[in-house]
Amino acid sequence: MTATDAALTWIARLTAQHGPLMFHQSGGCCDGSAPMCYQRGEFKLGARDVQLGEVGGAPFYMGGDQYELWKHTDLVLDVVTGRGAGFSLEAPEGVRFLIRSEVCAV
Amino acid sequence: MKYPRPNTAGSKLNYESRYDNFIGGEFVRPAKGQYFENLSPVTGRPFTEVARSTAEDIEKALDAAHGAKAAWGKTSPTERANVLLKIADVMEQNLEVLALSESWDNGKPIRETLAADLPLAIDHFRYFAGCLRAEEGTVGEIDHDTIAYHFKEPLGVVGQIIPWNFPLLMATWKLAPALAAGNCVVLKPAEQTPATILLWAKLIGHLLPRGVLNIVNGFGIEAGKPLAQNKRIAKVAFTGETTTGRLIMQYASENIIPVTLELGGKSPNIFFADVLDKDDEFRQKALEGFAMFMLNQGEVCTCPSRALVDKRIYNQFLELATERTQRVQPGDPFDTDTKLGAQASNDQLEKILSYIDIGKKEGAKLRTGGERVRLGGGLEDGYYVAPTIFEGTNRMRIFQEEIFGPVVSVTGFDGFADAIAIANDTLYGLGAGVWSRDGGIAYRAGREIQAGRVWTNCYHLYPAHAAFGGYKQSGLGRETHKMMLDHYQQTKNLLVSYDPKPMGFF
Repeated sequence: MTATDAALTWIARLTAQHGPLMFHQSGGCCDGSAPMCYQRGEFKLGARDVQLGEVGGAPFYMGGDQYELWKHTDLVLDVVTGRGAGFSLEAPEGVRFLIRSEVCAV
Repeated sequence: MKYPRPNTAGSKLNYESRYDNFIGGEFVRPAKGQYFENLSPVTGRPFTEVARSTAEDIEKALDAAHGAKAAWGKTSPTERANVLLKIADVMEQNLEVLALSESWDNGKPIRETLAADLPLAIDHFRYFAGCLRAEEGTVGEIDHDTIAYHFKEPLGVVGQIIPWNFPLLMATWKLAPALAAGNCVVLKPAEQTPATILLWAKLIGHLLPRGVLNIVNGFGIEAGKPLAQNKRIAKVAFTGETTTGRLIMQYASENIIPVTLELGGKSPNIFFADVLDKDDEFRQKALEGFAMFMLNQGEVCTCPSRALVDKRIYNQFLELATERTQRVQPGDPFDTDTKLGAQASNDQLEKILSYIDIGKKEGAKLRTGGERVRLGGGLEDGYYVAPTIFEGTNRMRIFQEEIFGPVVSVTGFDGFADAIAIANDTLYGLGAGVWSRDGGIAYRAGREIQAGRVWTNCYHLYPAHAAFGGYKQSGLGRETHKMMLDHYQQTKNLLVSYDPKPMGFF
């Protein structure tokens, strides 16, 4: 799990604004298949959520079932211009976090 | 035929420069006076501004809704049903302008909004008007003198959070049953597509008592969260994705209120070998069924984004299906000949391209498409993607995650059991398709697939009166059916004794 410089800049900016952050990878429709960024502790983790790593000081999680299907890929957190993202913190800023992936050897 | 652009000579669609929230029967400025630009994905350019609301605006809407709930909840079913019928009539009279707005705000082709989004929404109001008139409580005879009456009562004030893929239709799926059941509503449209429902509120707002319907616009974190977490709502309905779905359940658990959730899928579309037995109408229908992954640019929770094809016909079927797919290319959504429009937003476009990228890196074979398309004529910055077919295996990420674009991942299966195993090897269970000339095979497959809706020898039909909702991580509740009324009602039991004799305990 890594992050691009642009994503790290936004994490720093959002951290200054909202305090410590966390990410949870979403699945499903609309704004899904993309990471959600919250104030740390906002999203209650479950017993089967897996922490994949840390980006810009923010822990990054994914549901356990989803992790099983993703674990052969390295994830790179990036950011693009965008509009709308569930309850993710970056949306009002006109940007959207996005995951890019590389195949890795598990 | 090509419709003129909004706000140009001859256009029926003329947006105002700015839209406020609809609260208590009137349009009111957001408390903080902030607005956000609303872009059209057709051109990638802004066309109006919409209220950027915060918790204060949600509270104001809840005040209005709570002020209206006692009277609205006690109106007769006839009265409420008649209001829904009038809403449907006004929508029908304004079908073209609402359809144009849905196309402009979401990017979908006008062909679809004219023929599907709007007619379905109109019919939905009429359907729930009918359901309400036909609804009855029950009477149970516990014994000769003890009677259990069951009355249906509205929940009160409910919160609804609407997605951007079918903005007006998805709002209707939630509003029609909620209003029919006698609830007042605070609704937050998607920030990607807020425009049409505001035009709609201007047209139909006067038909409802003040405060029964309230529309508050803004971002999820600023307006959606204070709604979903609010102690003054009795239920929350959401369509979207799994992480926000979990968050909404978490908020609902703080207030111990019910939720209904529709969270998407990765729907299998299964083609058994006999679909190619004859070169006839049914073969063409099955190929059309494959091509349905392009409907609404793939931005449908039930997009048939996994095609499972019997290995005995795999090559021939995929050749025919590829040819059928390649006939469709993205075009101007305002042209009635266009079958594939623009993706709804830039981040949606980027996400689709990122999945095409991982598909290639995982070794899936790109059969056609796989790239952004730049159209001319002022559409250069619109968000267009070529219809894309991948071949691979079901454990690849492009087979397991919703891409929400015109992208289908195809794999072969070896016999009935293998087809069902692949179909069910997914976290989701919203939709599925089964294609066979053999009714027995189709029936057994439909019963074995863990999904809430199995289209059998058809796909992407959304009539009212056929229940729609998910198994597994696809959500909770069933929409587009009278059973949705139950999701917006309490059951009141009066347990009544008509026996004058003491009960005999004390």
